Amino acid sequence: MNRFRAFIIKEFRHILRDPRTLLILFGMPVAQVLLFGFVLTNEIKNAAIAVYDPASDAESIELTQKMASSGYFRIERTLQTVQELEPAFRQGKIKLALVFPPNFGQRLNHEGRTQVQLIGDASDPNTATTLINYASSIVQDFQRKRRGSEASQPYRVDVESRMLYNPEMKAVYAFVPGVMTLILMLISAMMTSITIAKEKEMGTMEVLLVSPLKPIQIILGKTTPYLALSFVNAIIVVLIGVFVFGMPMMGSIGLLALETTLYMFVALSLGILISTRAADQQTALFMSGLGLLMPTMLLSGFIFPRESMPYVLQLVGNIIPATWFNQIIKSIMIKGVGISYLYIQTAVLLGMAVVFLALSMRNFKDRL
Amino acid sequence: MQAIEVQQITKSYGDLKALDELTFSVASGELFGLIGPDGAGKTSLLRILATLIVPDKGSARIQQHDVVGDYKYLRNILGYMPGRFSLYQDLSIEENLAFFASVFGTSIADNYHLIQDIYVQLEPFRKRRAGALSGGMKQKLALCCALIHKPEVLLLDEPGTGVDPVSRKEFWDMLKRLKEWGITILVSTPNMDEAELCDRVGLLHKGKLLALDTPANIRNSYDKPLYEVRSQDMYRLIGDLRQMPGAYSCYAFGEYAHLTLLHPIDGAEITILQYLESRQHRDMEVRATRAGVEDCFIASTLDQ
Repeated sequence: MNRFRAFIIKEFRHILRDPRTLLILFGMPVAQVLLFGFVLTNEIKNAAIAVYDPASDAESIELTQKMASSGYFRIERTLQTVQELEPAFRQGKIKLALVFPPNFGQRLNHEGRTQVQLIGDASDPNTATTLINYASSIVQDFQRKRRGSEASQPYRVDVESRMLYNPEMKAVYAFVPGVMTLILMLISAMMTSITIAKEKEMGTMEVLLVSPLKPIQIILGKTTPYLALSFVNAIIVVLIGVFVFGMPMMGSIGLLALETTLYMFVALSLGILISTRAADQQTALFMSGLGLLMPTMLLSGFIFPRESMPYVLQLVGNIIPATWFNQIIKSIMIKGVGISYLYIQTAVLLGMAVVFLALSMRNFKDRL
Repeated sequence: MQAIEVQQITKSYGDLKALDELTFSVASGELFGLIGPDGAGKTSLLRILATLIVPDKGSARIQQHDVVGDYKYLRNILGYMPGRFSLYQDLSIEENLAFFASVFGTSIADNYHLIQDIYVQLEPFRKRRAGALSGGMKQKLALCCALIHKPEVLLLDEPGTGVDPVSRKEFWDMLKRLKEWGITILVSTPNMDEAELCDRVGLLHKGKLLALDTPANIRNSYDKPLYEVRSQDMYRLIGDLRQMPGAYSCYAFGEYAHLTLLHPIDGAEITILQYLESRQHRDMEVRATRAGVEDCFIASTLDQ
């Protein structure tokens, strides 16, 4: 026990004396949450649009004004010909175009139905989809209001879509869990693999091996401080999410803490596994960056929705711990569900922890 | 009693044979020097004895315990100092020492008597980080860390490398004093002159032992007449001496050339001077000398 304590004290000294490590440990989480929160937001405000309205009747103007006053759109251009449409898109001046037919109001009043065309700039598909959705719902709203006043068409069924749990489609609900998966992976896996690789690189592992320390003691001694620091970081990220960005905390904090610890174990065992393979810090950094952080960012559903990925990548995403942990955090914080709804995700993480830990124990050599 | 017994140890890296059926033993309490140039196999042997690598063939026992089968036990009684400085550079002298003491389940106070001689020199700087120490101080600290758990056998891999001559001398004095505590010491070094400081030495070359004896016996085994020679043109001197009739070998040795003759000749100094004069050398000096360990090492490699 004395040995273990001495080891942990030593490890904390390493951490506290290296400004770079400190920066990664405490600067990075805060910077990432704030960055994702304020800069890389998916929400759309005041998107520039163009309007081509050859009808220019009361109805088309009403719809155009409705768009402009929604807060989502700003009329950047009013086009005189259809030909002006493409240059506007190409210059990147507009994100969406609203095109009316020549007899918009006339057809609406006489035939009871008419058309309007929404053209999106799909070179940025995520934004385009969001804009089209916003615009469509404004058009539907316009339609419903008119019908309410005239009540001429009975038995028409309106399809109303509603976004559950995140009705305002706030991006913060996606990035706080995402950043948490990323930060914990970064600190638990990457920092652990680097710090063990450093002992090898500096030759100190050689001295540690020729001592009565057991491999498990070396591993525990190296990882415990990072486990503690990861946990502190998880708390910081959740606090910023809740108090700065207004993320809800519907479920049990205790359950979230337990699941977070489980995820940290998975990440930690991955870090140890990498360090058994990497002989120096560079290799460890490279392996954990490419092998863990990239997939965590790209495939876990943090930045890109998993539903829109090719099937193969979805399968690959399944073996990434962050995919499951992402679902767990969202479920607990936003939906407020209990453990009974999270059996599968928890079991998967538990299984990963056991497998990775067993693998890294088997691979840890107590000789050179 | 033998503290270290090495039996026909062989270790290869690919096609390279680092150790070739090496057999020797070190008596309990002995200061044994393993002497050989870079690439002779010194580090491989020390790592095998330190239980860090496994030999391909053969066996080794330390205090009657096998280095492969009983490595867990041996790690309690071994003190090991690798060739490269292997302490924590960002920890202070005191923190490094305290850490290694607790790793072995002891404390600085418990075994202070062992390191006292060395540690008094470090103590004024005990708050300084290990990375900021001079080469000599680093080695002294490393020795303290390897000693702090009172090992029965101490393995030192080239402790003199990167250390100034004064510190190196102090370091060897410390090793001699450690013998009083009954610690068996195996030290490797590429410096032939350090051989004189050991009780017994093994001359290692290409994974094989050329000689295994006390330094005096090795020196006395040199059975050919040896002369140290110098002249104004040292570079040409060696080539000329090698071509001299009756010469066995000649090589540079510090500021002199060491010339070995095939057989003793009466008035050899005069003969050599006359030969050199005929080759237009000036300011010559010729003197009979006694062979050192390095001469023996070079002679043995020539014999092979």
